[in-house]
Amino acid sequence: MFALPGYDAFLGFLLIAAAVPVLALVTNKLVAPKSRAGERQLTYESGMEPIGGAWIQFNIRYYMFALVFVIFDVETVFLYPWAVAFNRLGLLAFIEALIFIAILLVALAYAWRKGALEWS
Amino acid sequence: MVSPGLDLELSFSQALQGFGFSPEVARLLWLPLPMLLVLVAAVVGVLVSVWLERKISAAVQQRIGPEYAGALGVLQPLADGLKLLVKEDIIPARADSLLFTLGPVLVVVPVIISWLIIPFGQNLLISNVGVGIFLWISFSSIQPIGLLMSGYASNNKYSLLGGLRAAAQSISYEIPLALAVLAIVMMSNSLSTVDIVGQQTGAGILSWNIWRQPVGFLIFWICALAECERLPFDLPEAEEELVAGYQTEYAGMKFALFYLAGYINLVLSAVLVSVLYLGGWGFPIPVEWLAGWLNQPIDAPVVQVITGTVGIVMTVLKAYLLVFVAILLRWTTPRVRIDQLLDLGWKFLLPLSLVNLLVTAALKLAFPVAFGG
Repeated sequence: MFALPGYDAFLGFLLIAAAVPVLALVTNKLVAPKSRAGERQLTYESGMEPIGGAWIQFNIRYYMFALVFVIFDVETVFLYPWAVAFNRLGLLAFIEALIFIAILLVALAYAWRKGALEWS
Repeated sequence: MVSPGLDLELSFSQALQGFGFSPEVARLLWLPLPMLLVLVAAVVGVLVSVWLERKISAAVQQRIGPEYAGALGVLQPLADGLKLLVKEDIIPARADSLLFTLGPVLVVVPVIISWLIIPFGQNLLISNVGVGIFLWISFSSIQPIGLLMSGYASNNKYSLLGGLRAAAQSISYEIPLALAVLAIVMMSNSLSTVDIVGQQTGAGILSWNIWRQPVGFLIFWICALAECERLPFDLPEAEEELVAGYQTEYAGMKFALFYLAGYINLVLSAVLVSVLYLGGWGFPIPVEWLAGWLNQPIDAPVVQVITGTVGIVMTVLKAYLLVFVAILLRWTTPRVRIDQLLDLGWKFLLPLSLVNLLVTAALKLAFPVAFGG
């Protein structure tokens, strides 16, 4: 049924792990009191009535970080097979990875220079 | 070389087959047992760490801390949990109620599944999947989605900012974390957590990875603290600026799920540090040597049971030593600013972890015996 060994346990544990929050929320729904009175359903904004919503267009400063993250995350994924098989690959693989990482370091230096890693 | 150790599944399966069950049925009956055991252990681990956190924070601030619920207040976390269970669940009128509910669920589920790969002994883990530690890295990147989702769904300005900060922090520290793990993987020639610990047995405390990867250890620990949003890095919920960040609108059980996820994640990170760097279940002196000195054969059932127990105790002990350090750090260090946090991640830890990886690779080429062949 499972092509790789050990993943039947993964599926089972996924179900058990998903059951934890579901059970907790259902129990909460059953035993907790319910009242719709008062202003408890207002969102919190320092005790005043909230002015406007939060679903507005505004400048997300983390956008550039997210872009750089995608590059380096993919790089990390590429490096995993290299690391696992490194003892069988030898010097040539080391030099190849060196070149690969050097190219990405240049990219990091470029992003740094261009101010993509600055907060302000 | 390494003794096979206790294999409870094999014994269980053989016992059931003795009663006339087929191996498939025996496997199906066995599967839920370690999962439930690990789940209970994780929840108890959370209760213990919450109690430790309260007592240690009290000691740091020269207070007494909880003392009425049970001896020394040990039942206080349980009482808190029960209280949250019977609290009213408030969904703000202007929030997106589906995403608002899905957020905490998405945060807590990956943290629980990550226990799949935590080994307490050679065969004492739920499933020794081949990709092991890589599976954990992929699970840990699901969490920011849940945080972002709950921050956005609350329709609250503090929540939105907190959720964005949480996502930015998680992605900034994930890459150095993965690269630090990569150096360990290279030394172990395997992604499986069992192989990673197996590679650190042999000479007891001297063969632990921390001596060969001191820089990697520090990178991993800093990143783990940042991923757990513990205090030098608790910006997503910085209470002076953002009330409670993405948790602001949450009450009752949904708040409890965030709380639970945070502490499970802390214990999980501590266990992973001990698995990756502190020899996992290994005793500081190899048990093979101890058995040799006592003239006991390593395969004797009594020795096997003692070895297995010592393994579990050592894993928990090492993990709680790290939890203690994390708690002390939380109550004694000030918070960094958001630009300092991002600078530390991108301009210091990322280049450092790349250099660490390349140095490990070079050392492995130069001294193959000392770095895992």
